[in-house]
Amino acid sequence: MTQTEFRTALLDPSQPVPNGLTDSAGRPAGKRFSVYRNNVAVSLKEALETGFPATARLLGTRNFETVAQGYLRAQPPKSPVMMLYGDSFADYIAAISSLESLGYLPDVARLEYAMRQSYHAADVTTIDPAQLAETAPDALNRARLMFAPAVRLIRSDWPIWSIREKALNADALAPPGTAQPVLVTRPHYDPELHPLTQADARLIASLLSGAMLAEAMTRAPDADLGQVIGLLLAQSALTDIDVEDAT
Amino acid sequence: MFDHAKTTLPAAPGVGYKPQHYSDILTDPGSVSWLEIHAENYMGDGGRPIAQLRHLADRFPISVHGVGLSIGGETALDTDHLTRLKHLCDWLNPASFSEHLAWSTHDSAFLNDLLPLPYTQTTLQRVCDHIDQVQDVIGRRMLLENPSSYLAFAASSYDEPAFLAEVAKRTDCGLLLDVNNIFVSATNLNYDPCAYVDAFALDQVGEIHLGGHDEDQDDHGAPLLIDSHGREVADPVWTLLDHVLDRAGPRPTLIEWDTDVPDWATLAAEASRAAAALTRVPA
Repeated sequence: MTQTEFRTALLDPSQPVPNGLTDSAGRPAGKRFSVYRNNVAVSLKEALETGFPATARLLGTRNFETVAQGYLRAQPPKSPVMMLYGDSFADYIAAISSLESLGYLPDVARLEYAMRQSYHAADVTTIDPAQLAETAPDALNRARLMFAPAVRLIRSDWPIWSIREKALNADALAPPGTAQPVLVTRPHYDPELHPLTQADARLIASLLSGAMLAEAMTRAPDADLGQVIGLLLAQSALTDIDVEDAT
Repeated sequence: MFDHAKTTLPAAPGVGYKPQHYSDILTDPGSVSWLEIHAENYMGDGGRPIAQLRHLADRFPISVHGVGLSIGGETALDTDHLTRLKHLCDWLNPASFSEHLAWSTHDSAFLNDLLPLPYTQTTLQRVCDHIDQVQDVIGRRMLLENPSSYLAFAASSYDEPAFLAEVAKRTDCGLLLDVNNIFVSATNLNYDPCAYVDAFALDQVGEIHLGGHDEDQDDHGAPLLIDSHGREVADPVWTLLDHVLDRAGPRPTLIEWDTDVPDWATLAAEASRAAAALTRVPA
């Protein structure tokens, strides 16, 4: 019996228990093998449930169980570092045709994965807001913002901030009819979520991709630059300002 | 090449660290002298887990216990994972590093469980090669833990104590003796747990584990114990601990409680019971 056979039978309960596994009297292992099957299936499902609590609530216990079992069989973890598990869970959900009516679900899962990444991201020294205030206005146009590794932006056409809140807290307000892209920041050790307008999300996406402020504003003319910069500074989201030399 | 001390953990009780106990441990550790962490939970880049671990390491000796290296795997060790382990051991400088006689990764899939292997000449050589590689990379002597077993392999040609003794002899690694695992395996595979202890290379034991188990039955109605780490250590396991300590003398002794984690007072009471068992035997 090879570990390939063991692994195949472990992840697929329809497979027979591999030969050569016995009890102490030499009888076939039977239910004893199921202990390992159960450990694998339950521990991976629980890892997903812990990592995607709102996604799990939105699907309901039985649906989540089905989706999670399908995912862990199709895409078991690639690494023993379980904090990374679920990086493809949102894409997996998006490809399930029976979940098409829950169009927002993949974006909620992306948001939850982003929160986990933010939680474990490196600690950095963030900039003193005065540094920005001291930068001359024309220089500011040529400035690029350097973001803390804990910052994540989840673009979405759905009100995912409110959907997540409502999934985790029945008393939360009903989701609005407008989109809510979300900025994830980590001012100290706990990730914080900020619903954005589409215009502000566009602006932050440009800044995250390394665009200079003036250029980013051109791409998102409706964005509220002052509000976005204020939010980034207040949330310790920036590590540096890099002003390109005037030409 | 590496530090030959089996461990620098004190021969006193420790507990498996859970973040929910962070403040309580710092306020009132009771008889807990050291902490054990699962290596894989501290492989992020930063944030609260790393910050809390740095702080705890200022106060307590830390044992790093890996659950994902797959030392018993048929395929090559995951060198990325080995590098992460080295990084953790380098910055934390733990009092001990240990892993399992088990496999968990195959064909790049990590199965998140400690899976069993037969004990043969072939697996002995492979386990020894992997341990040599681990000790070379991290530059420390490691401890290898005996597994809990639910089934037997028709192919096995060594019993477990003999297999582990041979691994320790060939690789110069130390051993981690999980007393609950002995009780679970002995019940499941119908052998005498005291005879297992008597056959074990006790002079190589750098750490002892204790944990709770659940009770089930196999297809024939025979008892099937599950190593769940979700409750108090069972009374017969405490009795077996006394049998170990009578022969080995006091050793660093850990309480593991990983699921349905209790409040700090309950866990600290288990550690106090281990402290009583340890003080009963002469050093």
